[in-house]
Amino acid sequence: MHNKSLSELSASLHSGEFSSVELTQHYLDRINTHNNNLNAFITVCDDRALEQAKMADQQLQQKNAGILTGIPLAHKDIFCTQGVLTSCASKMLSNFISPYNATVVEKINAAGMVTLGKTNMDEFAMGSSNETSFFGAVKNPWDTNRVPGGSSGGSAAAIAARLAPIATGSDTGGSIRQPASLCNLTGLKPTYGRISRYGMIAFASSLDQAGPMANSAEDAAILLNVMSGFDERDSTSVERDVPDYTADLNNSLAGLRIGLPKEYFDEGLDPEVATTIEAAIKVYESLGATIKEITLPNTHLAVPTYYVVAPAECSSNLSRMDGVRFGHRCKNPKDLQDLYQRSRGEGFGDEVKRRILIGAYALSAGYYDAYYLKAQQCRRLISDDFTQAFADIDVIMGPTSPTTASNLGDNIDDPVATYLADIYTISANLSGLPGMSIPAGFVNGLPVGLQIIGNHFDEARLLNVAHRYQQATDWHTQIPAAFK
Amino acid sequence: MSLDKTDVEKIAHLARLAINENDIPGYVRDLSNIFNLVENLSYADTNNISPMAHPLDAHQRLRPDVVTETNQRELFQAIAPETADGLYLVPQVIE
Repeated sequence: MHNKSLSELSASLHSGEFSSVELTQHYLDRINTHNNNLNAFITVCDDRALEQAKMADQQLQQKNAGILTGIPLAHKDIFCTQGVLTSCASKMLSNFISPYNATVVEKINAAGMVTLGKTNMDEFAMGSSNETSFFGAVKNPWDTNRVPGGSSGGSAAAIAARLAPIATGSDTGGSIRQPASLCNLTGLKPTYGRISRYGMIAFASSLDQAGPMANSAEDAAILLNVMSGFDERDSTSVERDVPDYTADLNNSLAGLRIGLPKEYFDEGLDPEVATTIEAAIKVYESLGATIKEITLPNTHLAVPTYYVVAPAECSSNLSRMDGVRFGHRCKNPKDLQDLYQRSRGEGFGDEVKRRILIGAYALSAGYYDAYYLKAQQCRRLISDDFTQAFADIDVIMGPTSPTTASNLGDNIDDPVATYLADIYTISANLSGLPGMSIPAGFVNGLPVGLQIIGNHFDEARLLNVAHRYQQATDWHTQIPAAFK
Repeated sequence: MSLDKTDVEKIAHLARLAINENDIPGYVRDLSNIFNLVENLSYADTNNISPMAHPLDAHQRLRPDVVTETNQRELFQAIAPETADGLYLVPQVIE
């Protein structure tokens, strides 16, 4: 059961080959067997999932079911889920039973899907290795001594180990694409504003975007259809029709114009990862695409720009965690200041504190122009690079991550080194562009992801470009030996 | 650039964040390294470049000024650390 695509699962559910309860129980059993080792889930919703599955089975029997009815999924623990712990992997929210649903959760519930549980992540999505979680690190199913990437590392590990057929993630600087790359998955960060942010706990509001993490572009397209759309409860949601993202999957790639930014193949890129990416580009040439070297000359500004903009927004967003209305409160506060300071000091982990401090400093009197304003100007330079590039190409390709998965513990003492590894992914967030990572091969048994970046609202083309590659290759069907 | 202990204490206070005395040297080191990275922005020529606050340069939508939310005080206060009579309780502020 756990090696089927969403379309195959749907067909089996509709034909009665197995029920949603049987399918859900199968995944719950797998979670029960493997989660102790992987730590991919913070919360497993056993009873609730089986209740949802029963309801789905009724809909299936009444022939009142959609393509996703009865199919299980996992939510990153950043999505508020009514009546379920929604911790954002933080001690601060380790007692937060959400009183409401995120729009993404509402939409997925309405589609009849079954929520298996809430997946582990970097605390408040701040990290690229899933090691900043209050609930402990997640292990990469391809090598359990290595990180799964982050921040959506639990979702990535869960799918890679076949503990869930598909999952939600969120991407502020690469948090869907990088773990997808490190765990051999297909992950899509849509255009900013495509999917509602309502109820997705905010990290950096001008960068955060939810998206699907899946075993194939086809699966991702099916879930994206449900997740997307205007939401008046999100002030930056885009009022724009949602196309059927599965409609163009099989379009020919003849004449597709691919740009390869020379800055994405520069020093810092592991030579074996580079070779793997070059081989993937050759496949595209054989599918009829034309390749052109391009330049994104302000790429070197992306990491420093991001590490002003994102912490500034985070310091503002996380000010709501004050120990008054919800979340962790310190014991015996002596006055209101003590209540705020100790509740926050005890509730937040090291990386979150670092980012709050960076943001507070960058926004403080006397430094605003030098840091925040300057970073916003650099953000436009970075975005303008893409506007110029897309004048005569259709998609940009390159590596998602400069290396394969690192060993657990390798980067935890050097934040700057960790930040620099986000070099290829964060520009898409700063520019609001859609980006994908798809499996492109292995180096020493560890997955390598090919990144595809498109123009605004070009998700259908990205999915088409990814799907045709997956028709021609079988990297995305590889499963880690211990989890077959 | 490098920050010192006083800088870290000042911004921790601005952020209402209690940090342990023992952790301050680590924050001084890490934040200094991060701001050294950020210093690279100062070399970028941004004359006449307008700041970009939103990736699609969109404007905030306006909506009619009418009540759309229902009162869910009891639901929301059920997860609050301390409440009484429908109010959130904090240590006494006014003598």
